[in-house]
Amino acid sequence: MVLKRLFVFSVSYTCHNKVKLRSLRMVAFRRGLGSLSAAETNEATFKKVLIANRGEIACRIIRTAKRMGIRTVAVYSVADSQAKHVKLADEAIFIGPSPAIESYLDFEKILNAIKETGADAVHPGYGFLSENPKFVQALEAENITFIGPSADAISRMGDKLQSKRMAVAAGVNIIPGVDAIVTDVDDCVLVANHIGYPVMIKASAGGGGKGMRIARNDQETREGYLLASQEAEAGFGDKRLLVEKFIEDPRHIEIQILADKHGNVIHLNERDCSIQRRNQKVIEEAPSVFLDNATRETMGQQAIALCKELNYSSAGTIEFLIDQRRNFYFLEMNTRLQVEHPITECITNIDIVEQMFRIAMGCQLNIKQEDVKIDGWAIENRIYAEDPYRSFGIPSIGRIHEYKEPNHIEGIRCDSGIEEGSKISMYYDPLISKLISHGRTRQEAIEKCTRALDSYVIRGITNNIPLLRDVLSEENFRTGRISTNYLPTIYPDGFKGLSLTVREKHKLVAVAGALFASNQIRSKSLINYSEFRKRTKVREDWKLSIRLDEEVFSVNVSDGNGLFKCKVNANWLEIDKNGINLAKSLLELEIDRERDIFQIISKNAVGDYHLIFRGNNYKLKILTQKAMDYHGLMTKKGENYKVNKLKSPMSGLVKSLSCTEGESVVEGQELCVLEAMKMQNLITAPSNGTIKEIKFNVGEKVTEVKQIILLSLPSSPVLKQYGKNDENPRNCSSGYFVKLLVPIKLHHKLHVC
Amino acid sequence: MTMLFKNTYKYVKNNSIKKYIVRNIETATHSIKTYEQIKQKRQEALLGGGIQKIEKQHQKGKLTARERIHLFCDDDSFVEYDMFMEHTCTDFEMNKRKFAGDSVVTGHGLVNGRPVFIFSQDATVFGGSLSSVHAKKICKIMDQALSVGAPVVGLNDSGGARIQEGVESLAGYADIFQKNVLASGVIPQISLIMGPCAGGAVYSPAITDFTFMVDDTACLFITGPDVIKSVTNEHVTSQELGGSKTHTEISGVAHGSFQNDIDALLHLRDFMSYLPQSNKSPVPIRICDDICDADVPILDTIIPPVTTAPYDMLDIISAIVDEREFFQIMPKYAKNIIVGFARMNGRTVGIVANQPKVAAGCLDINASVKAARFVRFCDAFNISLITLVDVPGFLPGVHQEHNGSIRHGAKLVFAYAEATVPKLTVITRKAYGGAYITSSSKHLRGDVNYAWPSAEVAVMGAKSAASVLYKGKSNVDELEAEYIDKFSNPFPAAQKGYVDDIIEPKSTRWRLCRDLDLLETKKLENPPKKHGNMPL
Repeated sequence: MVLKRLFVFSVSYTCHNKVKLRSLRMVAFRRGLGSLSAAETNEATFKKVLIANRGEIACRIIRTAKRMGIRTVAVYSVADSQAKHVKLADEAIFIGPSPAIESYLDFEKILNAIKETGADAVHPGYGFLSENPKFVQALEAENITFIGPSADAISRMGDKLQSKRMAVAAGVNIIPGVDAIVTDVDDCVLVANHIGYPVMIKASAGGGGKGMRIARNDQETREGYLLASQEAEAGFGDKRLLVEKFIEDPRHIEIQILADKHGNVIHLNERDCSIQRRNQKVIEEAPSVFLDNATRETMGQQAIALCKELNYSSAGTIEFLIDQRRNFYFLEMNTRLQVEHPITECITNIDIVEQMFRIAMGCQLNIKQEDVKIDGWAIENRIYAEDPYRSFGIPSIGRIHEYKEPNHIEGIRCDSGIEEGSKISMYYDPLISKLISHGRTRQEAIEKCTRALDSYVIRGITNNIPLLRDVLSEENFRTGRISTNYLPTIYPDGFKGLSLTVREKHKLVAVAGALFASNQIRSKSLINYSEFRKRTKVREDWKLSIRLDEEVFSVNVSDGNGLFKCKVNANWLEIDKNGINLAKSLLELEIDRERDIFQIISKNAVGDYHLIFRGNNYKLKILTQKAMDYHGLMTKKGENYKVNKLKSPMSGLVKSLSCTEGESVVEGQELCVLEAMKMQNLITAPSNGTIKEIKFNVGEKVTEVKQIILLSLPSSPVLKQYGKNDENPRNCSSGYFVKLLVPIKLHHKLHVC
Repeated sequence: MTMLFKNTYKYVKNNSIKKYIVRNIETATHSIKTYEQIKQKRQEALLGGGIQKIEKQHQKGKLTARERIHLFCDDDSFVEYDMFMEHTCTDFEMNKRKFAGDSVVTGHGLVNGRPVFIFSQDATVFGGSLSSVHAKKICKIMDQALSVGAPVVGLNDSGGARIQEGVESLAGYADIFQKNVLASGVIPQISLIMGPCAGGAVYSPAITDFTFMVDDTACLFITGPDVIKSVTNEHVTSQELGGSKTHTEISGVAHGSFQNDIDALLHLRDFMSYLPQSNKSPVPIRICDDICDADVPILDTIIPPVTTAPYDMLDIISAIVDEREFFQIMPKYAKNIIVGFARMNGRTVGIVANQPKVAAGCLDINASVKAARFVRFCDAFNISLITLVDVPGFLPGVHQEHNGSIRHGAKLVFAYAEATVPKLTVITRKAYGGAYITSSSKHLRGDVNYAWPSAEVAVMGAKSAASVLYKGKSNVDELEAEYIDKFSNPFPAAQKGYVDDIIEPKSTRWRLCRDLDLLETKKLENPPKKHGNMPL
């Protein structure tokens, strides 16, 4: 650190040439982050900053603070006691139990931590206390600098109604809607009808997709009102709701601004954050393919106007919805650092966090609007710990036992708050990391990102890389035809996984065969039993039958000359043996002289191989032809001893229960609400039946795959008849009806706006 | 050919020559006939009880005896013995019903390139019932396995004794048991139950080192559901009585179960790869691709900060061993202790670990017996032991005491104390009281004993200790804190030399690999004796 600072200092001392400095700044940016401005000007800065946040954003802020020579203080809860941000910071203060409300959201504890460490500034990151005006006021009272806007600006922009009024005053385009709080369900329906469907019901104090529902008819309005108000109360402690016109197929484009305390405001161009699921962004890019210079300029000017009207300082983001005819409407303003800020940093070479520090310190902006250029293209992928095959992402928790970021690829930046061994808990956001790629063109950025996703090793936890990888190679995305409805439009039946071409399938199957063969060879390669090896002919070819999904391939693998020659159906593929290592998580294999990246997740003795290829997970069953033939001979055993298990779709807290034991329910009826990762999920009955047993209480935690409700179904679809020869007739004692436990399915009454 | 002779015959006048030719014709016909007979018998033997019986076997979701062997052994490596042996029974018109090879297929083959002796009972012949000939065939390969020094694998699928043979069949069982016992500790013996195995027959698998079962089709019991019904009037299905679920979860008779025949045989091949050929041959060392000289960071974060919070010991095991591959023995029985085989730098090791996730990882009767048997197997076959300790003690309780937790716990003490193989111990968290001593401690000749920084070696937990020491005192809380300060850390044990070092968790893998290399040449012998008197 000291060395680095010395270096920086000497650089600024000797370099009088501005141009030269600029080029150096670029080099520094490529290596780490941001410019050399703070050291360059020998500006006064904070002595010690407390980061009132966790995870990747805390790590991100610590990095810039360290570079600026500011000492850093992390805060942590029980669940985070071994977290990365705690290790990175110079000091760390323990602030209580895992639930955020008792730690990261408790400003008494944060204030105590500040006093204890003598920090002179607080960076709130995003989420938690970042947009809480009361917190800012409390800091002001203690004479601590809040790195962000004033309490007044936060409270004015935090309230949807107020922000709309401000926007109108500043001459910003707004969405048609009713400028009032709805008080109850009937009022909500009335207002909705007045505006005309479709409408959006959202929390007045909300943000980030929480407490938002779309309704297309009265029924949905009623449901939406209930859920949105519950979520609003749980999330923000304020259940006031708004209703407004809902715009079909819009893009979500936002303008990043920087404003200092001296009235200077600039915008750093736009970010296109249209790829969303359930109102949460998944892939963002900067710039947007959709904006022409004129629109960009108008949007930028309106954003600046709003900031000036507000007397805003610090970094902020003005979000717009933009329709197909490039009409844009003000959505809301985020008075904080955004999750997706790195893409703007990539294309503008400006370290936004550094600017926030400078602005908070009272410095003038050292960048002029005309200096802000667009350098290439940047794309950010949010890697979440969630299962993309269900509703584009159901949170999953667990421990990451292997973790390797693809930092070896040029132009890749990985902002993460986790490391090998980290645990993703149910208490916080399931964001694992942000993968940012920067290329000269959009095409190049996409290519780099694709390669990075293929080389990203995350083991032990389900993640959404398959979905991200598929979107990046999808035609509409590649040509830039995206909207906030992108995911449900492209995947109307939910994400099912990448569909491989025939050639790709052959590659995958051939590699699986080669891995199997390597494993077979290795199982005979005993270091201290060489006598047997000599005597036995080591098999040099294998006849295999490999099942991929529903397809069965017959594969011949032969070993020779440093290659595995694989015959898949009638096609020959040659795989270089050098790349194969069964213990390595990431394999770069040469197949017919083309390089492809594969990952082995797991393998076992009975031929279950779990591989990642092109970002997607594939479960392959590899059997020798002889085993396969025998498989065909055996009659399948009746599943008489196994019972279908009813499982909870994810880990979470049971928020409410709307059924009782013995009650008969109809299909689609709400059974309970499960809160997980700060989201409320409605669980509905999969079919008609009676509730046999409820295995939890309200307020109890349930874990994924735990049985939660037993439903007995007296209807005929589950009629199961057992043959006479059945050895175990126990389960059919009560006539031919079998009581089954049926897996409930998760029913998201949530849509993407 | 005969035609040729006949034609020649016409022109031959001389009588003696005629006779000679006749004789020639006869012997030639005979040898041809014998040759054909052999071929035919072989064909018969290969078909076992006949096509219909084979189909029936398949319908039950089972493979035949030969198919099983074919799948289990490396291609073209099986050498069959006694294909022509037939049963000797003449009563009940049994002399009219004979099958080449009788109801068992025996021989040897290679599994992953190493020889293994196999018998596979053929349920298509008299239901796989055991005749004296059947027993002789099995004993023959067992004798050879013993002299060669190679494992014996039994694929059991037999209805029981051949009733028609009476006491002779029983004698056959006894012969097998005797051989099983003599071979015990000399060569690994593995039983895979793939069909019924009832009555006296069950004792052979029970004596062997490991018993595995196939779900739904296998069952093991001494008296079947019918007898139970007639004697005690209890209704029970054969699966409930002695199915894989029962024996792997409740009784602890079986060490594992698999979905079907193919699954079971492939898993068994994998299992064999961990075992040495005999007590005289070295433990196999497979080529290792996994890095074994680097830190494993995940180990640093598994132990939760709250000392009472559970964690999954399997996470630790997977992170320590090669390629996260762990063959667990009895995964569903006495889950508070984990035992199984893994590899460290390619070398097979036996792992014994408390599971804090289940019953806080305490030792109870079942856990002690499960671990003791595993430790003894490893010791018998020179497999090094790695013990991961997080044990709050022996499970207290009236039920436990009344069922003899003392004598069962003693088995584990005995097994560890007796074992002369390299013993490596890592105390991950709690190591309290007698359970600490038992768990491969320095005091029981542990070779290398490590403690993680989270380790607590003490007589008991701080709370109980304080309440005993300071009974009736008002400031018990304060004194408890003092006790925590003093004993809830690895220092007291390290100061006395009872642990060799306090290590960073992430360094565990490479340290253990290094120690195993060092201890390869360990020489330690117990005093000569006929055998110890283990508290059975």
